[in-house]
Amino acid sequence: MKKKKARQRRVIPGFSLSMGVTITLLSLIILIPLASILVYSLKLKPAEFIKVITDEAVLWSFATSILCALIAAIINCIFGTMLAWVLVRYDFPGKQILDGLIEIPFTLPTAVAGITLSKMYSTTGEIGKPLSKLGIEVSYTHLGLIVALIFVGIPFVVRAIQPVLQKFDVQYEEAAQMLGASPIRTFMKVIFPELRPAMLTGFGLAFARGIGEYGSVIYISGNNAKEHTQVVSYIIMQKLNYLDYGSATAIALVMLIISFLLLLFVNIVQVKQSRRTNNV
Amino acid sequence: MVIREKKKLTPHGIILIVISVLFVLLMLVFPLVSVITNSLKKGFDFYIKSLSTEYVLSALRVTIIATVIAVVVNTFFGLMAGWLITKFNFKGKQILATLIDIPFSVSPVIAGLAYIMMFGRLGWASPIIDSINEMFGTDIQIVFAIPGVVLATIFVTFPFISREIIPVLNTQGKDEEEAAALMGAKGFTIFRRVTFPHIKWATIYGVILCTARALGEFGAVNALSKTRGETFTLPLEIDALYLAGSADSITAAFSVSSILVIIAVIVLILRNRFEHRELKQKEQV
Repeated sequence: MKKKKARQRRVIPGFSLSMGVTITLLSLIILIPLASILVYSLKLKPAEFIKVITDEAVLWSFATSILCALIAAIINCIFGTMLAWVLVRYDFPGKQILDGLIEIPFTLPTAVAGITLSKMYSTTGEIGKPLSKLGIEVSYTHLGLIVALIFVGIPFVVRAIQPVLQKFDVQYEEAAQMLGASPIRTFMKVIFPELRPAMLTGFGLAFARGIGEYGSVIYISGNNAKEHTQVVSYIIMQKLNYLDYGSATAIALVMLIISFLLLLFVNIVQVKQSRRTNNV
Repeated sequence: MVIREKKKLTPHGIILIVISVLFVLLMLVFPLVSVITNSLKKGFDFYIKSLSTEYVLSALRVTIIATVIAVVVNTFFGLMAGWLITKFNFKGKQILATLIDIPFSVSPVIAGLAYIMMFGRLGWASPIIDSINEMFGTDIQIVFAIPGVVLATIFVTFPFISREIIPVLNTQGKDEEEAAALMGAKGFTIFRRVTFPHIKWATIYGVILCTARALGEFGAVNALSKTRGETFTLPLEIDALYLAGSADSITAAFSVSSILVIIAVIVLILRNRFEHRELKQKEQV
């Protein structure tokens, strides 16, 4: 009886069907497999777990992944905001093409990006050669890792900021300018506060992607334990190849927790942002 | 839409444009071009030869199988999830939407690991697969076989289509569907006649993105596929060629990469086209 009542309230049909399909597929493809990692890692004794996680190479890989992703995400925030600004605010020939090119990293397979960047920035490569004459080595260093992460992260930031900037009303800016504010002051005081949630979303997405990135970084990073250029994903893959499933799941669990926290952060920012724009 | 005059180009506007164009050329376009030049380094004959090896052809076949299945499953899921999330109110909707987005922030390597922990020798689901095999006399393998590659591909592209559809359906609202339902239209008719015309371009757009991502998936598949020439996809074949290290095999790696680059460029062009269509459609509404 109760069920019938609920159905009457919903005019549009298909609730149970779409709910059933969504939950089933989501569970089968995403949730149950991920839960398997949790279940397996819970079988480890706490002492074992801590031993795996506090292993020097593992700790260094976390430091490398997090720091490089953080630096890349910050750089992407700066260039991403600039690109979004240029694409929304100015008209110039080839703008449409520039807009399309932003998505190269979304469509180019990560492994292809990885080998190309690694070759380009090596000491014999097109960009690496002139840089090495200046004493800057990119491939097989942290710098290379950051370059690869900038590559994969940039569209996240641009695409997060663009729609917000498009809706942004210029009259506040004009008012600020008329009141005598310099362009930089106008940007910092009027535009930046409005863009902040979008920038944070883009930052969060680029950062999350960067921490877990595998294909595009493993060639250019060199994966050297002594130089601390191994990333977490590489360590997990290495443990898998040695059939050391215990360590692999323990490290993966920590990564999963970090990703969930970032996802939560992005979602909270987005909910706040939509409340804000709906109020206006 | 806020109607706004575009700013006249000021000197610092020009500087910003120049920096942006240089950034995009150096960081994004140059790698793309570099793949092509590297692939043709040893001449066109070598290029064709390195594309027609048995390994590459087998990898192409596996890649296409995985991509087609992933696109079909995710389109079906995307339409269902889009309908569920935008047409009904229920508890936990926000949580559900967040859960769907998980693959965006989980490392692909972890996706691969998850399937190994589920279906691998130590996984809790492997006895189930074994008993199914015994019952039907089949020899289904998940991990280190094609089904694993397919599953991993579905995982990493899971939210691509629902994410394109949901925002469009959200702005459309549900009044039209309610009206149609009250006038007695059946569920599928409502979907076909009322809803789908709104999301046609968003769906195509999502399918294109999903295809591109599925073709290029590397991390998850790398964990689940270990046999070259049997379960390798194109990105894995590229990896194997590149890591072989000889000048010839590296050039061959770039030759195989160039196929994926060409597909990436086509996807970019199509995306740009469809974005225009979608904008036009919105303006008409």
